Amino acid sequence: MTTLHDETEAVDVSDPRLSRFEIVKEGARRDDIEIVTYESQFHGTDSKAEKRVVRNIALLFFIAGIAGLVFLAAYIWWPWEFELGTTTSDYYTPILGISLGIALFAIGFGILSWAKKLLPHEVSIQKRHDGGSPTDEQKITGQTMLFVADELGQGVQRRPLLKGAIGLGLAPLGLAAAAPLIGGLIQNPHRDSPPMMFSTGFNSAFNDGKLVRLTRSDGTPLRPEDVSTGGQLTVFPGIPGGATNQWADSPTLLIHLRPDDAEVARKNADADPRNKGSMWGDYIAYSKICTHAGCPASLYEQQTNRLLCPCHQSQFNITDNAQPIFGPATRRLPMLPLTVDDEGFFVAARDYKDTVGPDFWERP
Amino acid sequence: MKRRKVDLAQAPVTLAKGVDERYQVATPLRALLNKVFPDHWSFLLGEIALFSFIILLLTGTFLTLFFDPSMQEVTYHGAYPALRGVDMSAAYESSLRLSFEVRGGLFMRQMHHWAALLFVAAIVVHMARIFFTGAFRKPREANWAIGVLLFLLGFLAGFTGYSLPDDGLSGTGLRIASAIMLSIPVAGTWISASIFGGEFPGHLIIGRFYIAHVLLIPAALLALIAVHLGLVFKQKHTQWPGPGRTNTNVVGERMFPRYALKQGGFFMAVFGTVALMAGLFQINPIWLFGPYRASEVSSASQPDWYVMFMDGLVRLMPNWQIYIPIGNGYSIPPLFWPAVVGLGALTTVPMFYPWIEARRTKDKSIHNLLQRPRDNPERTGIGAMAFTFFIVATLSGGNDVIADKFHISLNAMTWAGRIGLLIGPPLAYFLAVRICLGLQQHDREVLAHGVETGIIRRLPNGQFIEVHQPLGPVDDHGHPIPLEYGGWVVPKKMNRVGALAPAIKGFFFPVEKPAEAPVSPGMPPISAEEREEREEITSGR
Repeated sequence: MTTLHDETEAVDVSDPRLSRFEIVKEGARRDDIEIVTYESQFHGTDSKAEKRVVRNIALLFFIAGIAGLVFLAAYIWWPWEFELGTTTSDYYTPILGISLGIALFAIGFGILSWAKKLLPHEVSIQKRHDGGSPTDEQKITGQTMLFVADELGQGVQRRPLLKGAIGLGLAPLGLAAAAPLIGGLIQNPHRDSPPMMFSTGFNSAFNDGKLVRLTRSDGTPLRPEDVSTGGQLTVFPGIPGGATNQWADSPTLLIHLRPDDAEVARKNADADPRNKGSMWGDYIAYSKICTHAGCPASLYEQQTNRLLCPCHQSQFNITDNAQPIFGPATRRLPMLPLTVDDEGFFVAARDYKDTVGPDFWERP
Repeated sequence: MKRRKVDLAQAPVTLAKGVDERYQVATPLRALLNKVFPDHWSFLLGEIALFSFIILLLTGTFLTLFFDPSMQEVTYHGAYPALRGVDMSAAYESSLRLSFEVRGGLFMRQMHHWAALLFVAAIVVHMARIFFTGAFRKPREANWAIGVLLFLLGFLAGFTGYSLPDDGLSGTGLRIASAIMLSIPVAGTWISASIFGGEFPGHLIIGRFYIAHVLLIPAALLALIAVHLGLVFKQKHTQWPGPGRTNTNVVGERMFPRYALKQGGFFMAVFGTVALMAGLFQINPIWLFGPYRASEVSSASQPDWYVMFMDGLVRLMPNWQIYIPIGNGYSIPPLFWPAVVGLGALTTVPMFYPWIEARRTKDKSIHNLLQRPRDNPERTGIGAMAFTFFIVATLSGGNDVIADKFHISLNAMTWAGRIGLLIGPPLAYFLAVRICLGLQQHDREVLAHGVETGIIRRLPNGQFIEVHQPLGPVDDHGHPIPLEYGGWVVPKKMNRVGALAPAIKGFFFPVEKPAEAPVSPGMPPISAEEREEREEITSGR
């Protein structure tokens, strides 16, 4: 099969008797292509089938035009500004999508049926030229490259001063070029004091040495009676911007346990050297930032006293120092030591003892 | 003065001549116009990715004109009443403005997002096509590696892109990304602090992601796509085996006029699909998520589909932490394994598959003919294994939704994922290999005995035999001479040639129609005379 086109003779393209297609065929031959079939899909000219295809294509193009007009008209005149409730502007995007989609589909199918049904059917065979270049070409290029390498390489070999100069003179330049690109980005995570990796907004250092109050997201402080039994509330450090993302490690869950649960929780907390005495009455506060990947572990299941992180489904037991009981988290949620200040508002007795947030290499 | 006569008909000729005199394009241009492309529906999958990428560039450029990549806190006063008065980042505010206060802005945003999903989906399906048909074999190994790299870049483009609006969902994604960086041993805190410019979230990350998303990654994508297509062009497309098709030729159509026109039509159809989806199906309704707050997240928080496998792997990973008791003590959190090692391995190991396979099979020859998945059962088995792993991981990325909708325990879903991830892939391997061998066997059976016709003939001696329609020549007894296995489609339906008119019509049409036009040299259309020459297969009445 592949040798077929070798049998076809070259033609003289200056021959005036040649048809245009014969010239095309000659061009194909020169590109190692044999056009095996190139024939109309219809029998004779003006066949009924052909006319039907032409009509269909024309119809598709007209549909494209009409849908395009609809798109333009809707784009300009359909009310588009958002209003509350169900309004005509709700249909703006769907109308744009439908009209543009139809227009593009119609054009697409018009072109496709033009190509597939109207244009002559074709089978062509082109020769591949796999494998390497001719061996002498390979050799010439190889030798040229070796020649270049020798010229540069041996030149350096022969001149030891140059060798040293390239090493010592250019290496710093390379590093100097890279340094400002990378150096500006590097930040020391342990630079700040108190260290950012190990402190939250509840550290009194951020509040002029005073104990930090627990506040709602609007900054108002909390009294114990603000959280009903069995209830829970997300609290933030009572410092400027304490509820913003600047203090992304600080959100804390304050839970008012039922008396019997609180008793279990207190017993477990007191058995732990770090959490001992951190509860205040029946109130307990845990960091909301999951120790696994840092999502807020915000789903509190009151009946089972579990806290679930919706990102990767780690589950923590509230009454047992928030130990992980299921899922990928390894480490318990840190407990915030609670107390109440002179005015009766909740404050953090000190910052978290455990490191808040996802784990990392140098966390002690 | 005599007016110069302008011959309009000659103008293009003069122009073309002038261009060629300067740039000598006649020969290369002809070679381009003439280039032969084989055609098969499965060759279009990569083009869907290419066309989606073009749509992404067009819509993305529009979006940049309105988006403000700043984390400056502002108070919302825009058109969406539910969020008025809420503090948010300027990035989120401008994304809302883009959705509500720019004419057609929401449409463009949704088009961009749907095109992005389609882009990665098309890459994955295209990759599967290349893998299962062995199109990555010599001489195309490097292009396969580039393709894997394109997937990784697409993944990064997608992740940086959907992080930009800084809404409640994407901010949580960023938080997880920072935790993943933190989990890297030794350098984790330094990497996270350097990328976020301090502690998470800082004020820089959206701006940095923005420049990565609109400049660095698209530039890399564009360059690699150019090389990818250039190599396809240079090495010529692979083709399926079939009559007249050999390892040293390409059977198909010249690029112009028909092939290129079909491509254009197909682009419009892809574009139309994206436009319809963007208009009809809501995607990433950021105004429902609210601005990112470190303390807020909703259940059923899922990333875009192509990130879900990672999320799934992270969910399934048991809580195994490695403690190193030196000095203050060091630890490697469990997040490190699925998110850093996992993603790294899943995107780099496949890159080397062509060389691994060639080494294992000691195959150094050039392959331009594709293999059907059934003809290389082991490779198909490995692919089935990889996809089973991917699907289990992806489903696990939404296991909370599945647990909720189907009333299954969440913990049971996690355990099902853990077990499924381990036993699913080997099972898939075994099944795929067996199915491949079975399909091969059936093909060989047809080649040896002919096509089953369903016609039972009773011989004069009372014996019943089933009539087979021979595919090739027959011996003296009328039994087909066994044909060689060719690695290509074998007719499974009785051919109409020489048979009676079909008795049954409709969807389950049991008799194949003869081709109306040749699909390959050596497979000519069946003419009327030829039809009469062949003996009719009858029911023997």
